[in-house]
Amino acid sequence: MKMHRSEEIWLIISVTVLVLSMVVTGYQTFALGMGPPSNTETIDPQKVDETAPFDEPGVYKVGDNEYEVVMTLQIFSFTPGDIEIPAGAEVTFTMTSKDVVHGFQIAGTNVNAMVMPGHIQKITQTFDEPGEYLILCNEYCGAGHQAMATTITVK
Amino acid sequence: METTVLKESFIEKSNKKLGAKPEDARISLTYLSLAFILLLVGGTLGLIQGLNRAGLFELPAWLNYYQVLTAHGILLVVAFTTLFMTGYFYAGVSHTLGGLTSKARKFAWSALASLLVGTVMIMTTVVMGDASVMYTFYPPMQASPWFYIGLVFLALGIWLAGTGVFLNAASWKKANRGQKLPLFSFFAVGGYLLLILGSLGITAEVLMLIPWAFGWTETVNVMLSRTLFWAFGHTAVNVWYLVAVSAWYVAIPKIIGGKTFSDVLARVVVILSVILNVPGGFHHQIIDPAITQGVKFMHVFMSLSIALPSLLTAFAMFAIFERAGRKKGATGLLGWFKKLPWKDVRFLAPMIAMITFIPAGAGGIAQTNNQLNQTVHNSLWVVGHFHLTVGVTVALTFFGITYWLIPYLSKRVMTARLNKLGLIQTWLWAIGMLFMSGSMHWVGLLGSPRRTSFSTYGDNATALSWDPYLMFLGIGGTLLFIGVVLMVYIAFHLMFRAPKGHTEFPVAEEEKDAAPTPKWTERWGLWIVLAIAVISMGYVIPIVDMIVNAPPGSPGFRTW
Repeated sequence: MKMHRSEEIWLIISVTVLVLSMVVTGYQTFALGMGPPSNTETIDPQKVDETAPFDEPGVYKVGDNEYEVVMTLQIFSFTPGDIEIPAGAEVTFTMTSKDVVHGFQIAGTNVNAMVMPGHIQKITQTFDEPGEYLILCNEYCGAGHQAMATTITVK
Repeated sequence: METTVLKESFIEKSNKKLGAKPEDARISLTYLSLAFILLLVGGTLGLIQGLNRAGLFELPAWLNYYQVLTAHGILLVVAFTTLFMTGYFYAGVSHTLGGLTSKARKFAWSALASLLVGTVMIMTTVVMGDASVMYTFYPPMQASPWFYIGLVFLALGIWLAGTGVFLNAASWKKANRGQKLPLFSFFAVGGYLLLILGSLGITAEVLMLIPWAFGWTETVNVMLSRTLFWAFGHTAVNVWYLVAVSAWYVAIPKIIGGKTFSDVLARVVVILSVILNVPGGFHHQIIDPAITQGVKFMHVFMSLSIALPSLLTAFAMFAIFERAGRKKGATGLLGWFKKLPWKDVRFLAPMIAMITFIPAGAGGIAQTNNQLNQTVHNSLWVVGHFHLTVGVTVALTFFGITYWLIPYLSKRVMTARLNKLGLIQTWLWAIGMLFMSGSMHWVGLLGSPRRTSFSTYGDNATALSWDPYLMFLGIGGTLLFIGVVLMVYIAFHLMFRAPKGHTEFPVAEEEKDAAPTPKWTERWGLWIVLAIAVISMGYVIPIVDMIVNAPPGSPGFRTW
């Protein structure tokens, strides 16, 4: 197939843009640790309440201004809710679902992860700006989905 | 050589004299009327949602937002599109291959029966409140088993419709040894092939869900189901897009008085689409657990590769426009732009569809890159995105096709008044979508979630700041609803009321000095093998992992 000169130029530019976007994405993922939440641990979805660490959901201090939030998601709430942490804290959310598929999103940040029954999902965020952040479920989970929300307050 | 030219012009002449064969036209007209009836129902449901989401309309107790949304999604993304595609492809196959074979006709009618049974089953379960599970029906949400059985009938309908086209093309090839399959029919074969490849995953999923929904099996593998769904969920919309692209390559050059840019290029676009598309669905799972970052990164490549055929198309389209414009005496770098028939709705509608694909495609490329995806995943941004791709690029091209396809089939002509009405419809659609999709993109970036009825989350300040954007969403939705009503009126007017006469099925000719199309383009066996190889590359590792390392399964939940 013979191509027009300008078509070749167009395709070279296009493919370069695609490749560059992959390079940036790959560099951020593997060199800077900014990849998407992809935890691979599993859990029996019918025994969440009896399985550590989800038998005791809560906010735990794990280091110098480092916290772990062990959280269960269930229709239509987050446990624990109304979380408070100090400014500058690095928070790792360790989550699973007790029923259907949920989404975990903190508006105004890049925190966004799917939380599924049978799987343990993790996502880490450093909260530098004080204020109240809205946590909401962004995957349709049933009749009360629009009410599934809580807050995290950074002091 | 001369005899083939003679033969072609003979077919053309007889087509011109007689128009569509009545028994073939009946098939396409039935499909198209049903498609437009479903468009009206689905569009009305869309209006209800838009107004609710804007906080302007509280649904009555007997009608649930999520029930409405499930019906809206399935009717417009699966039913309307499949029906339109089949009506349009069968009409074009009949036209370019000199009539349908009687076997193909039988397949078309049985496909219709299967699609209707499927749609009725699905809609009944949704209306009864037994299946408010959305277009994606992610388990462990458990719908009525009849919902899943309805999906099996939809898949069966797709296979039957595809088989009819394959058999028709094969019998034409047998009767016309050594000739290349006309471009339109090439698109039809490629489109159905891709749809069938895409439907394999969802069929496997649904066959696992049916015994679970009946209670014969206790639990289900949540990750596996969702992965199999997306092998279909994204491929389907790319098939609708390929259907639209077929009209861009085949019909539009003729409408604007130009020629095919390159027959080979168009076929390469079809082949690449068939080979590369299916693993693209994976980018819906970028922030899922249980898939490693390595696999996710490989899928950035697999998804981005789908952009390649679209980039080829973008070049070809502008080349066609420029050449046609220059032939009409346009000068300068952009003079051809003014020579395009902007007042002809058969051109304007698909042209706006194409222009829309520039931001829509760019948005798609952005969303495919892992980290960018994370910022918009499951937000209204995504809804804004697919209302540009499916809601404008696909839908507006389908509308553009309607203005000549229906009168061609009903042996009528479009009047100047109807053309004007069509222009109004097109602009209404474009402006409505600009409002709706624009505000969805913006408010999604701020964090407003998709698939959520109106909520202030207990008067949360962040959520309240989204309300002004959601108001624009409601305004856009209202304009679009007027657009739907106008379009359905136009479609049925062209079918039953427009003055009798002859309308041409526009098929562009090649340039006189066009290079011959190489024979390898029709090695379908090879394309299928390559497609399966690409699907295996994309899916074998994650799916084996999901089965081997699966957690205990989930029982069903009914949470609505």
